[in-house]
Amino acid sequence: MKLRTSHYLIFAFLAAFTYFYSKDGLVATSVLYTAIQFALPLALAAMVGVMCERTGVVNIGIEGTMLISAFTAFFAGAILKNTVQGMLVGVFTGAMMGLLLALMAVNWKMDQIIAGVILNILAAGITSFYYRQNYSIPSTLDPIDLPVVGAWPILGPVLSFHGPITYFGIFFILGLWFALYKTSWGLRSRAVGEHPSSADTAGVSVTRLRYLNVTVAGAVGGLAGSYLALEAVGIFERGFTAGKGFTALAIMIFGRWNPLGALAAALFFGLTQAVTNQLMIDEVVEIPPQFINMLPYILTIVVLAISAGKVRPPAAEGIPYEKEKS
Amino acid sequence: MRTLLEVEGVSKGFGSVIANENISLTVKEGEILALLGENGAGKSTLVKAVFGLVKPDAGTIKINGTVMESGDTAAAIASGVGMVHQHFQLVPVMSVTENLILGDEPKRFGVVNIKQARKEALALSEKYGLEVDPDAIIEDLPVGMAQRVEILKALRRDVKLLILDEPTAVLTPQETDELLEVLRNLAKRGVGILFITHKLREVMAVADRIAVLRGGKLMGTTTPKESSEAKLAQMMVGREVVLRVEKSQAKPKDVLLSIKNLRVSDDRKLESVKDLSLEVHAGEILGIAGVEGNGQRELVEAICSMRSRLSGEVIVKGQEIPNLNPRAAHLAGVSHIPEDREKHGLVTSYSIADNLVLNRFDQAPFAKGWIRNLEEVANNGEALVEKFDIRAPDAYLSASSLSGGNKQKVVVARELSQQLDVVVAAQPTRGVDVGSIEFIHNQLIAARDAGAAVLLVSAELDEILSLADRIAVISNGKIVAIFNSKEADRNTIGRLMAGLAS
Repeated sequence: MKLRTSHYLIFAFLAAFTYFYSKDGLVATSVLYTAIQFALPLALAAMVGVMCERTGVVNIGIEGTMLISAFTAFFAGAILKNTVQGMLVGVFTGAMMGLLLALMAVNWKMDQIIAGVILNILAAGITSFYYRQNYSIPSTLDPIDLPVVGAWPILGPVLSFHGPITYFGIFFILGLWFALYKTSWGLRSRAVGEHPSSADTAGVSVTRLRYLNVTVAGAVGGLAGSYLALEAVGIFERGFTAGKGFTALAIMIFGRWNPLGALAAALFFGLTQAVTNQLMIDEVVEIPPQFINMLPYILTIVVLAISAGKVRPPAAEGIPYEKEKS
Repeated sequence: MRTLLEVEGVSKGFGSVIANENISLTVKEGEILALLGENGAGKSTLVKAVFGLVKPDAGTIKINGTVMESGDTAAAIASGVGMVHQHFQLVPVMSVTENLILGDEPKRFGVVNIKQARKEALALSEKYGLEVDPDAIIEDLPVGMAQRVEILKALRRDVKLLILDEPTAVLTPQETDELLEVLRNLAKRGVGILFITHKLREVMAVADRIAVLRGGKLMGTTTPKESSEAKLAQMMVGREVVLRVEKSQAKPKDVLLSIKNLRVSDDRKLESVKDLSLEVHAGEILGIAGVEGNGQRELVEAICSMRSRLSGEVIVKGQEIPNLNPRAAHLAGVSHIPEDREKHGLVTSYSIADNLVLNRFDQAPFAKGWIRNLEEVANNGEALVEKFDIRAPDAYLSASSLSGGNKQKVVVARELSQQLDVVVAAQPTRGVDVGSIEFIHNQLIAARDAGAAVLLVSAELDEILSLADRIAVISNGKIVAIFNSKEADRNTIGRLMAGLAS
């Protein structure tokens, strides 16, 4: 594969942008702005996968984590009449889901696929059972008008005026990349995901690191859920996350378990969705909305088909670590 | 000299198996203590207890006079214990430097200072004369090199007591000699060394003292001067062992197995058997000597039709074996004792009796049409358990309950109890105790005497030297020389194995 993922991405981006900018500059920048909004929850959710799998724990419960966090974030925000407090509740809920996964996967050495399914069913059950109508949050999280950057031509309206979770999320992803490849936490985490007994014999606690990473990853999933409920949409419905947690797994694989790769892959997904939306609004093409909703899933299948067999997952993922066996 | 390690009355059981029973021993500064014992004698368990990887049920372990908390690896490392594991504890996708620093990284504000780490790695390898490329990725390194990294990893932590668990199992004779030299040098610098092995020659060459374990108990401590290989073997096994295999002169007849211009690729799609041709006659054992990973596995799998051939032919009794059809190979008369018995030799969740008919369960007398004849399976099972001395209460127990040696006997029993034309035995005695080794060797010789063509692949040069009638040396996917076993000389073969011209 000579053309790398990033090349395709840049090509797709330039083609779309030139097309729109020649038609209408304002619409073009707004498509890019929307692309970032679509991409962010996917990117954050993919970080949950990256953090877990890099330490050797498969997490297919990202969907459930996001769903239940969006739920608690929204209703806490509505009841407390405070969106920021709602967000904190959402993040905490995510961390608890991570902790539950760690308990099942690390302590009880359960099959991690089953553990993930449990998270998803738990979240789907709780969020539909306790769902109530006629609640609303005071307002979505306030967008931030970036100084200096906001005044830039073309890029200004694209990058500025996103919500706080968006900016935090992007910094978090960059930070995670740095931490994973440059710090001793990252070296140890990767070693635990590749060959846990090496880490153990070097005095690194496999259990502690897996607990830490899976729990923090859960909190990130909680943030992604809060983003959907409090920053992007401002409402909550049953089945609200609509498979984003599963798409995120595809994005993680497409990004080769690398935070920056996954960010790029998420932007690609977001851009595709934003462009299709715009085409529909402009009635350039007539596509039934159902097909638009299918798009992420179709893309997921295509992406997985392209990257199947070419990527190499962390060697120890999905395998509980047994200390006395070697 | 100070005493570094004191083990006092350590016991450890796994379920009903007692791995260690009331073991006491000591290691002093600058001393090499060889821990000798058969597989399953409890050597690995004991050193893992010392290193804090296993919690003993009873007893104390003192390092430098301090009692160690059981099961605390970090504390063991902190008090100067380093361990070179039997299965290398290296992260395959990471570099040498990264592996060296893992768990104790030079850093500034949590950020790993990789430049300094690299410098450290170079300095360390220079200091101990263990040359290695700090930027190489572990999975690309040959085994001997990876082991150096493993030793350096221990040395980097200012090790006072170095434990090596069967370090020579994967090395060529030359690499082994180099390793023993390294150990002597380390001992001169005052490092105490606990060296586990079941190879008597190495013990006699390098140890200051020898502790012998059998069945989890310490049988005694001796020195090379007061002992001999024969005496040590007796201590290990508990009875006299014939170290040399007794066999009559081979009477080779027609060619039964012939391999012509065979080319096979390995899992990474690299060509690992390169245009190899070989003939094995009825009534002879042809031994393939070579360092592991020189194409032996792919050769064996191609003969048994388990791996696709790029080109070339495998002919058994004049009949060509089709590509990728293990059943056809079996029906043509190929018996296969696979290298990995758990993966290719047994279904461990099945009973012993079922495992004994795995390759012919659907043929008479074990089946009539679609219906299995369980009575015949049971009779066959009981007969073979008896004949091949498989130590099991009965033939209906699941194979997973057997020890390694007995599992191997089940495979050997199945493969050698059928019509014998070609026997392909890959590492037939790996991980098997001395008593079973003797038995399996005799079975292979009996197969030869019954007129089978036996192809023996082994990483143990001693095994090849004592069993084979002809010896083919494989290096880098090619047969580089063939000797009659009488003309064979350890050093020449070792050099050829290492890829050096003799």
